[in-house]
Amino acid sequence: MSTSSTAPRPKVLIDGNEAAAYVAHHTNEVIAIYPITPSSNMGEWADQWSAEQKTNIWGVVPTVVEMQSEGGAAGAVHGALQAGSLSTTFTASQGLLLMIPNMFKIAGELTSTVFHIAARCVATHALSIFGDHSDVMAVRSTGWGMLASGSVQEVMDMALISQAATLEARVPFLHFFDGFRTSHEVAKVEQLTDDDMRAMIDEDLVKAHRARALNPENPIIRGTAQNPDVFFQAREACNPYYLAAPTIVQNAMDKFARIVGRQYHLFDYVGAPDAERVLVMMGSGAEVAHECVEALAAAGEKVGLLKVRLYRPFDTDKFLAALPATVARLAVLDRTKEPGALGEPLYTEVITALVEAGVSKKVIGGRYGLASKEFTPAMVKGVFGELKKPSPKNHFTVGIVDDVTHTSLDYDPDFSTEHPSTIRAMFYGLGADGTVGANKNSIKIIGDETENFAQGYFVYDSKKSGAITTSHLRFGPKPLRSSYLITKASFVACHQFSFLERIDVLKCAAPGATFLLNSIYGPDDVWDHLPRTVQRQIIDKKLKFHVIDGYEVAKKTGMGGRVNTIMQTCFFAISGVLPREEAIAAIKHSIEKTYGKRGESVVKKNFAAVDAALDHLYEVKVPAAVSSPFDMRPAVPAQAPDFVQTVTAKIVMGEGDDLPVSAMPIDGTFPSATAQWERRNIALEIPEWDENLCIQCGKCVLVCPHAVIRAKVYDSRELEGAPPTFKAVPARWKDMKDRKYSLQVAPEDCTGCTLCVQVCPVKDKQQVKRRAINMVSQPAIRESEGANWEFFLKISETDRKVLSVSQVKDVQLFRPLFEFSGACSGCGETPYVKLMTQLFGDRALVANATGCSSIYGGNLPTTPFCTNEEGRGPSWSNSLFEDNAEFGMGLRLAADAQNEYARALVRRQSGVIGDNLAQAILTASQKTEQGIFEQRERVKELRAKLAGAASPEARDLATLADALVKKSVWIVGGDGWAYDIGYGGLDHVLASGRNVNVLVLDTEVYSNTGGQASKATPRAAVAKFAAAGKPVGKKDLAMMAVTYGSVYVARVAMGSGDMHTVKAFLEAEAFDGPSLIIAYSHCIAHGYDLAFGMEQQKAAVNCGYWPLFRYNPDLVAQNKNPFQLDSKAPTISLKEYAYNETRYTMLAKSDPEHAKQLLELAQEDVSARWRVYEHWAHMPVNGGGEKK
Amino acid sequence: MIDLTKTIDLSTTYLGLKLKNPLVASSSPMGADVGNVRRMEDAGAAAVVLPSLFEEQIEMESEELDRFLGESAERGPEAATHLPELQHAVNGPDVYLKHIQRCKQAVQIPVIASLNGSTKGGWLTYAKQMAQAGADALELNIYYIPVDADLSGEEVERRYVELVQEINQQISIPVAVKLGPYFSSMANFARKLDSAGANGLVLFNRFYQPDYDLEALEVVPNLILSNSHDLFLRLHWVAVLYGQVKADLAVTGGVHTATDVVKAMMAGAKVAMMTSALLQRGINYLDKLATELLVWMGEHEYDSIRQMQGSMSRNAVPQPRAFERANYMKVLSSYAMR
Repeated sequence: MSTSSTAPRPKVLIDGNEAAAYVAHHTNEVIAIYPITPSSNMGEWADQWSAEQKTNIWGVVPTVVEMQSEGGAAGAVHGALQAGSLSTTFTASQGLLLMIPNMFKIAGELTSTVFHIAARCVATHALSIFGDHSDVMAVRSTGWGMLASGSVQEVMDMALISQAATLEARVPFLHFFDGFRTSHEVAKVEQLTDDDMRAMIDEDLVKAHRARALNPENPIIRGTAQNPDVFFQAREACNPYYLAAPTIVQNAMDKFARIVGRQYHLFDYVGAPDAERVLVMMGSGAEVAHECVEALAAAGEKVGLLKVRLYRPFDTDKFLAALPATVARLAVLDRTKEPGALGEPLYTEVITALVEAGVSKKVIGGRYGLASKEFTPAMVKGVFGELKKPSPKNHFTVGIVDDVTHTSLDYDPDFSTEHPSTIRAMFYGLGADGTVGANKNSIKIIGDETENFAQGYFVYDSKKSGAITTSHLRFGPKPLRSSYLITKASFVACHQFSFLERIDVLKCAAPGATFLLNSIYGPDDVWDHLPRTVQRQIIDKKLKFHVIDGYEVAKKTGMGGRVNTIMQTCFFAISGVLPREEAIAAIKHSIEKTYGKRGESVVKKNFAAVDAALDHLYEVKVPAAVSSPFDMRPAVPAQAPDFVQTVTAKIVMGEGDDLPVSAMPIDGTFPSATAQWERRNIALEIPEWDENLCIQCGKCVLVCPHAVIRAKVYDSRELEGAPPTFKAVPARWKDMKDRKYSLQVAPEDCTGCTLCVQVCPVKDKQQVKRRAINMVSQPAIRESEGANWEFFLKISETDRKVLSVSQVKDVQLFRPLFEFSGACSGCGETPYVKLMTQLFGDRALVANATGCSSIYGGNLPTTPFCTNEEGRGPSWSNSLFEDNAEFGMGLRLAADAQNEYARALVRRQSGVIGDNLAQAILTASQKTEQGIFEQRERVKELRAKLAGAASPEARDLATLADALVKKSVWIVGGDGWAYDIGYGGLDHVLASGRNVNVLVLDTEVYSNTGGQASKATPRAAVAKFAAAGKPVGKKDLAMMAVTYGSVYVARVAMGSGDMHTVKAFLEAEAFDGPSLIIAYSHCIAHGYDLAFGMEQQKAAVNCGYWPLFRYNPDLVAQNKNPFQLDSKAPTISLKEYAYNETRYTMLAKSDPEHAKQLLELAQEDVSARWRVYEHWAHMPVNGGGEKK
Repeated sequence: MIDLTKTIDLSTTYLGLKLKNPLVASSSPMGADVGNVRRMEDAGAAAVVLPSLFEEQIEMESEELDRFLGESAERGPEAATHLPELQHAVNGPDVYLKHIQRCKQAVQIPVIASLNGSTKGGWLTYAKQMAQAGADALELNIYYIPVDADLSGEEVERRYVELVQEINQQISIPVAVKLGPYFSSMANFARKLDSAGANGLVLFNRFYQPDYDLEALEVVPNLILSNSHDLFLRLHWVAVLYGQVKADLAVTGGVHTATDVVKAMMAGAKVAMMTSALLQRGINYLDKLATELLVWMGEHEYDSIRQMQGSMSRNAVPQPRAFERANYMKVLSSYAMR
């Protein structure tokens, strides 16, 4: 065949996202992108390749453009397609839903394109970033073809097949694969060549696509408005194209088989040719089923599997033809849920197909794998077992225990189809310790250096600090279809010793497996330091046990605390996958590839670590008996409430899969204040208070991102029964001199960021390095400080009425109602969130945009928003990413509406409640905390009076009485939301005049999805999608809001002015209208030691990059300039601030000329803006009418 | 009017390089800009020493980059990394090497590269690369502060000498050593460097001296520009070393006026290097200085710079002891007599 490529195809180790992006980038001209998990990487790859000048098959570098939302991306793609380009985008979940309007249009206009989807759960009772088909199924009515891939190889193949097919069919295609399980699985695949792609893409069809474009040389009109007379007929005009599409896809598959050698069909059958029971499914689950069916069929069972490739347009004939004639029973598995439907989409499609064809078979449907719930061969076998029953359960679930509506199937979890020749290795690492990266390299080494098939999959917990990563690596001579986690590992490595007391790392170790432990204890001592559970499993499972002091090797070789390459070397040495010398050479080669660009010294130190590793590796002689006096620590303390004990604790322990349906809230409502029970002990060092040096300023309390440093002023009688090491000193308050002051650290919740130490203004006169708080080793004082913390919590809170809300020193005494979040150690966002809760938490309704703040604010297992002594606290919700301002405004509207109705009821019921009380309630001023306190007392009185009343209105008032107390509505989110995707809504809400408070936590990138550029990203900084440095300046969102004249606006940076920040929060909340606070939030995406976050904030202000100001419309009435510039003219250059951060210096180091140009422009931005601000600050009030 | 440029020969040689006059721009941040280097040539500089390439800084920058790229990666399922891939490899010495090339293209005067290494491998590698990039000579900036009380002066000297030997073996361009004054026996150490093959000795480096911020109770970096008083220490040692070593001597630190240049020459220097004067008065000051030098020489009837070089070195003055300890006592007593 003339088109056949003769060039050998390279074997590459890539994940599903890269595979899809690879083909998309080669076969498109315009790519519009927007980050959303788990599809972000596709956009990142496309952007990176274009930045590297990689060309498509026509020799042109595709244009890659980041848009402000997925809706924007779809719009841009629609436009590009209409103007004749080949265009694509990548997305998932909510992002795909935002594309729906354009998708209808694109399909309605019979436009050739493929969107690549890392299929992800759509948020319902909760958000989930994980994989299922609820997103793609939600768009199935748009008229798009839907082609599913189940493995990384299939992703690459189907990406090309769908691209070829859409050009001929003119039906647009969704090419989808399972989020995370396929999008993030690294596997060895055969890479298609440019020739393959050229051979598949018919140039005449490309020309035809272009010929249909809008073109003033040959004008047409498309997108008309149509009336009842013709719309219907016109809608039916496309029918022939949908009828032809399946054949076109099959033809493309056949052509692909001729060129590449892999044959796909619209429906691929595997299993016994005379199968009686058959599963029908698509996606990565079908690969699991494939593995299981092969094993069962080999064992003589008459079972089979029909893999659905092309779901839409559904080809009934091909479907029926693919089924063996012997089939009697079918089980259709859907990875989605449609409450209220007769069945899930694939099930109903199959039923319809059979009925329409007049074929009668027993069909049952079931759900599996929602939000990446594990789907295993054991479950597949369970489904086949069910199919065998006389009356199999329909509308079942598999993989969970449904003890409420009893939908779930039983299965034997021990059933396994893992091939004995496959090596299965698991690695437990600490987030950011490089374990995952090293394992990705290991997989590549094994894949490249041996004939083995290889697969890597990586699991993270949901904390951003101290997270545990679990790497699952498989390799062996047999093809790997095991799209599920390893449960029987032949090798287990634990890279952090402290995990042993937190999680059961040997749970998945198979008998006779090897266990490698990173341990400061040598082979002779380590045994005595292992918990009983670990000892027992080592003995019972007869594990081969090795230790290495990776920390010591890392220290000696300049690796700091990074043990990844050391542990990787040990893995290769022990597992013997490759001859030792070969393995070491391969590791070094991968180190050069991974770190080479960072500089020679980085490569050298990694080499040194590799060379030194094996000298420190020892096999441990395992004693015969368990001897440890201690065991793993309980997940939560005994005093935790019942829900936390029975539900939360299991999730913390990694046993959430075992929780039955009945354990779950029905509507996504969870109790707050649960983070206090999850004591993670992740800090090696924690701050210790020097009570004699301390001046009780409260700066450490203010800055602590995790609210683990608290202060109280209290009556000395409360010290009775204090633990021996509990510290208390006389309070340094003018009016409270007779009282005691204590500063206490929560030792098990601290993340060890040291921001508190850096911000402490006190230096010991005898040794200036010593502060009033100093870092000390945690384990030594964990128990004693733990007892002190418990005692501290029992001390009464300081009475807010005697404190001044505007003083940082006093604010430290307000109980934070946001504590122990999972945010990064040293996070720059959380101090602002915490401050908001300290000031207004007891009356706050919080609308939180999706992003970092919604993840550390609301990701299970435990959540940080909590309650004060009276049980009041922030009530928090996350709606979406794009709608947060509107959602928050809805909270305000409801609060106002209920307040209005309650006031009307008070007036109407004044006879029952008494005129005096009614009047007092109606005329109450709630501008101060005291006013709110008094109103609450009145409401209490009101309730008492209404207790006996029987009228419906009185009962109504009793339920609404809380609405009479002021509510503080906070709309919180990051810059991706406020500057980009949610800007339209935010703008509208700011213009509404409603009393909402918007807090923008500005990290200047999409932090949660991995640092993609937003319109808040500054010029000259690099970010993903701006890898060559952002060429344009940051949008001045604050000034845009200022131009309304009716919005309170403040730009704050806690590190530069903590008092200023507090003042801005108070003024914003007090302003009876919309308020906007833009808060400088340092972030790991800036690339520096966050211990210096506050210093860096100061530098940002001092260089004029982040001028502090407040714009208060209320000042106009006082004949004052509403614009108050609160920081001084720049005293340092932008460079002195910016070049402390990797986001700027990585460009300066790799492309100095370009960096210099950008920095000069950025400096000009700063200078120009400062002039504008100064002008505003000196502008006359009221149009200059006042006297000079 | 007599054209002094025709009657007075300002030329000198340094490290085997023929220079039109003894005025050399010493190693400073000004030299990081090709425009400045061109301006230096235009203003009359006979050679320019580029700012030092600090190996330690290259390493530190790589380490920091590695650390922060690593620390911001693998944070959670949604983000494998938080910063983009480096589009190009970090430059390491490349920017510096390119700068040498660009300076060489921009000016006719000799361009002397300057290196501060921190490892043996680094010194040798970068020295070779600088030679390959076209530097006319190399100045080894042996700026090292031995804070380890276990490290003897002898050991420090041994390392320097070995380094000079090895670099000398590896590269063919001339090598000068810029050193500080803090050696127990400066003359002896200078001779050791001379024997190790140093083609020039540059006296002296000026160290950053940390200061205290008493309000913040912090140690702050501090560098005060030199003045003519700083010259005396240099004159002293150039005068002492002149004739005792084969290596060319250069004065750096404290050269601010034409008479400073004259003094440096008379003490025995082949060139007088300047930074502070140029920072304070601008690069064009070189032009003025050259004129003033000519005028002084004309007035004092000197025909050439060569004529005066070493004319007041220790061995050329009637009282060599003026450069020895006894003189110190005299200075003090002369103060007391005022």
